[in-house]
Amino acid sequence: MSTTATREQIEARVFEALEEFGAEPDQISADAEFETLDIDSLDLVELAQIVEDEYGVQLKGEDMEGIKTVRQAVDLVASKLG
Amino acid sequence: MTRNVVITGVGAVTPLGVGARTLHERWSAGRSGIEDGFGRALEFEPKEHLSIKEVRRADRFTQLALAATAEALEDAGWDDGPPGDPDRAACLIATGIGGIDTLEQQHLILQQQGPERISPLSIPLLMPNAAAGVVAMKYDLRGQSFGTVSACAAGAHAIGIGARLIRYGDAETVVAGGSEAAITPLGTAAFSRMDALSKTGISRPFDRRRDGFVMGEGAGVVVLEEEQAARERGARILGFVRGYASTSDAHHLTAPEPSGRGASKAIELALADAGIGVDDVIYVNAHGTSTPLNDRAETNALKAAFGEERAGQIPISSTKSAIGHLLGAAGAVEGIATLLALRDRIAPPTLNYEEPDEGLDLDYVPREARPLANGEVRAIGISNAFGFGGHNAVLCLEAS
Repeated sequence: MSTTATREQIEARVFEALEEFGAEPDQISADAEFETLDIDSLDLVELAQIVEDEYGVQLKGEDMEGIKTVRQAVDLVASKLG
Repeated sequence: MTRNVVITGVGAVTPLGVGARTLHERWSAGRSGIEDGFGRALEFEPKEHLSIKEVRRADRFTQLALAATAEALEDAGWDDGPPGDPDRAACLIATGIGGIDTLEQQHLILQQQGPERISPLSIPLLMPNAAAGVVAMKYDLRGQSFGTVSACAAGAHAIGIGARLIRYGDAETVVAGGSEAAITPLGTAAFSRMDALSKTGISRPFDRRRDGFVMGEGAGVVVLEEEQAARERGARILGFVRGYASTSDAHHLTAPEPSGRGASKAIELALADAGIGVDDVIYVNAHGTSTPLNDRAETNALKAAFGEERAGQIPISSTKSAIGHLLGAAGAVEGIATLLALRDRIAPPTLNYEEPDEGLDLDYVPREARPLANGEVRAIGISNAFGFGGHNAVLCLEAS
């Protein structure tokens, strides 16, 4: 049930979610670390829910382990879709 | 050496607006915050007080507590944290119900979309200790921190226990209060099914026509400090927590013991704890819910504790006549209202009180505010808070 999305679209959606979570908009970038953005494990579970809703991709806890930057998260989603 | 407890800051968000002094001034002016049978904190806009992250990470009851805390700490002259050792700063925030709005929303999602869609924030938002935890975290309060849970007595329990922590030497500073946001579909329906809510939507404590309470929401927070340390840092001292006591009716799950036995005992013990007599009390802020049972039992309790004659001489008013019943926040908000009334030496009125009821014959301060005893006597008052479960908590406060 995966839907197609470009890497750019995924990144845009992740940026949008991070802003909803309360990250400072001018700090959000692909290279930004979640810790710097004050995004914690509870936020990442919500991010995983959003990704599943939007793209039909299931992210499990172990998938998210070691994910430190926004780029890593976007890459993970893109690879699951691909 | 006795460790005295001073109040150095107050903050409140209530149906009468944002701000402790706003509550005091508007209530004293006879204004009501009740509309269409509910006391909603309509002037509270979370984003004006909290960051996006704080709003997302907090049920409404915690949002209200954060706003009241910010005001209280600023009032006390604290910079982002306690003035002394953070390890000796405590945080006690009461609630009657907790995050019921979050619970209801998530239950709807559970039914409609399944367990996978439940927010990971559900528990951290709905737990009744969330406000205490979030406030402690924001202001680096590293001493004892917990929520008190005793229904409509909880806010007074938090302030009373907070004062004890300082007196006993467990803490130098305490952020204490209560918060409630239970005007939700389930909250209102459940209280309504108990026949606890006013069908007319009018809060008129002690009046013959009273027919139940009006639900309100909001938060009240006080900053308590050990007197010597507060004076040394040059804090402005609003007043003192002179006494506190708590008892249990051990009678019925929701109905008060009709003679007011437990409540009168709590009043007597609070006065004894303060080391004062019945003639020293110049104002009573009643629990005064506007339910047929409470207002009668409370009147009996006041007569038993003060004696018929003295009870009839003290002005008694109910904050709930102006803002409704703030449940777990009520004891804290009303403690603040009591302190500010004593400071201004004015008894705000029991709104909507017009027709006396048989046996309810005390001075309930009808119609308009009235000056309290002049400046030659100490400004000492009590604030009553009683809760479902039979919990009674009484604070004895003195304005400086």
